Amino acid sequence: MQASTPAANASHGEHLLSLYRTMARIRAFENAAEEASRGSVAAFGATSDAAALVRGPLHLSTGQEAVAAGVCANLARSDYLTSTHRGHGHTLAKGADTTAMMCELFGRAAGSNKGKGGSMHIADFGVGMLGANGVVAAGIPIAVGAAHSAKIRGSRAIVACFFGDGAINRGPFLEGLNWAKIFELPVLFVCEDNRYSATTATDAMTAGEGAAARARGIGLPAETVDGNDVLAVDAAARELVARIRAGGGPQFLHALTYRVKGHVSVDAAAYRDQGEVEQALESDPLKLAGQRLAALGIAAGRIAAADAEARAEIEAAVAAAHAARPPEPAEAYADIQDTGAGQWR
Amino acid sequence: MNYAQAACQALAEAMRADARVVALGEDVGTGGVFGQYRGLQQEFGAARVIDTPISEATIMGAAVGMALTGLRPVVEMRVVDFALCAIDEIVNQAAKNRYMFGGQGRVPLVARLPIGIWSGSAAQHSQSLEAWFAHIPGLVVVAPATPQDNYSLLTAAIACGDPVVYMEHKELWGMQGEVAAPSSAALGQARVARAGSDMTLVTWSRMLHTALAAAEQAAQQGLSVEVIDLRTIWPWDRELVLESAARTRRLLVAHESVQAAGFGAEIAATAAEELGIPVKRVGGARIPVGYARALEDAARISAPQLLQEIKLFANGADRRRSMA
Ligand SMILES: Cc1ncc(C[n+]2csc(CCOP(=O)(O)OP(=O)(O)O)c2C)c(N)n1
Ligand SMILES: [Mg+2]
Repeated sequence: MQASTPAANASHGEHLLSLYRTMARIRAFENAAEEASRGSVAAFGATSDAAALVRGPLHLSTGQEAVAAGVCANLARSDYLTSTHRGHGHTLAKGADTTAMMCELFGRAAGSNKGKGGSMHIADFGVGMLGANGVVAAGIPIAVGAAHSAKIRGSRAIVACFFGDGAINRGPFLEGLNWAKIFELPVLFVCEDNRYSATTATDAMTAGEGAAARARGIGLPAETVDGNDVLAVDAAARELVARIRAGGGPQFLHALTYRVKGHVSVDAAAYRDQGEVEQALESDPLKLAGQRLAALGIAAGRIAAADAEARAEIEAAVAAAHAARPPEPAEAYADIQDTGAGQWR
Repeated sequence: MNYAQAACQALAEAMRADARVVALGEDVGTGGVFGQYRGLQQEFGAARVIDTPISEATIMGAAVGMALTGLRPVVEMRVVDFALCAIDEIVNQAAKNRYMFGGQGRVPLVARLPIGIWSGSAAQHSQSLEAWFAHIPGLVVVAPATPQDNYSLLTAAIACGDPVVYMEHKELWGMQGEVAAPSSAALGQARVARAGSDMTLVTWSRMLHTALAAAEQAAQQGLSVEVIDLRTIWPWDRELVLESAARTRRLLVAHESVQAAGFGAEIAATAAEELGIPVKRVGGARIPVGYARALEDAARISAPQLLQEIKLFANGADRRRSMA
């Protein structure tokens, strides 16, 4: 998107600043979560520490924030979203409350999931965020069903379905895309391609031309975009979402990005070349957006203020999470099923 | 009315009463391969009786997405064996959703997973896996044995707010019986199918009919067997079963599914723990169901076999009692 007149530049700059704010909030949220997750899980050679406040596997989307921010900027609160194990960014960008999210990561009763899900299952149904998922590609059929339901109910809601580059090698990817296409469902599939599937470079495990080509093979229009350029993601998503809202059926966005951190927070990612990481950091989405903001005439002070506000918001969320109480043990027996509730043995 | 028609009627009534009820799966538009969806697409249209690709994971996963967003899907899986292609969607998604998201959503879906040895269908179309699903918190597991119960329990399952694994038996589709509307059975309620005083025999699904035949013959030989049709596997009707077993002081459980780690073990163990009475299990051998009739028969429990087990148990239990 090119802006040339000063007025256009200014409005463009304001729009980018709002995207930047979302990215800065995600970054601050995940930095704080990472900090609290030291010793969270015994894996990748790390030992676990019972004192870790954020327990279990914590998958960070650091460096991938532009995908969540750019796509979700084009969604309404009434639209739906399904996510992956790496879902903090999607959840936050869809409008979830960061205090409830942080409380969830800390395993608090006030968490978005009452402390029952943690990072890997973070969700906020109130903003249409139907859940992160611990099973790779499992969000795809659920997204397709939510879209099918919207169509049956005559709702105008659309569904954004996020998944990783590794997920395209699971069966539900084929099944879900085919299903969305034959029923012409309102789904935006977003392949967030960070080049890794846990410790494995996804490329070596993926035949053919990759995600977008596979989508086209099933008849879905597919765009590939620089997933670190939030304006590019936003523009591509805007176009695809407009087509979906106009009844154009499912669309596919392949966003190229990079997983800056390890697979989980305790993973030092020693299996990859440090040079590759350093090169990727050159195109960090916040850094790129900051440069663009300056070029569009947004004062440095406003960018710094956006960073400071994001940090302050997350510090408050962390403080609230520290102070919040854990769930009562009896909560372990709530919200399982109504039929036969009480019959646990 | 037969067992398949009874289900069809229950579904049709639910769809008439509630626009949120939809059915989806392979071949439902042409009535389902067992006729259990006959006429529904004509009445309700292809948007609500949805023919799907052969995509079991997405049939079940899409149903989860539908259920979360305001529909009440009835999911056709043809046979439980194929539902294994959707096991993540049943176990990790449908069953866990409400709990792991802290009660934010509900998954009111009915997954129809027919079970049972079905003449000559061999190892991959004949399994009875109710115990697998009974093991999963979040699921209700139902196994109707009669046309009346297929009508009543499918009605109840569709009205249920929890995910229900609904296991019809493939050899019962053509079974004729009276069906009285409105619905008479609730989920979680067993039924005394035959009253008796010497022994309690708990069973479900097609094995009920074998059990009733065996009980009839036992009666002619002076043994009074109370037969309980469990109907809902989870939550199972402990009260009715334990009340009966406390009276008869002997509990036998019979099911077509493999005996080892079968659901009968759960019932027998509970009766032994709670009442301290002799218990016995009769279930399928832990062998795949073979094709040839002789092999298939080896996987079945016949009425004469069951009668033999009833008599042995009665004698064995008496011996143990007199030794005590
Ligand atoms: C079905 C399944 N298989 C394996 C795993 C373990 N696992 C968790 S994340 C992951 C890598 C996924 O890669 P990708 O889809 O690219 O997502 P990313 O982690 O890069 O965001 C794996 C293998 C899983 N959670 N689910
Ligand atoms: Mg990846």
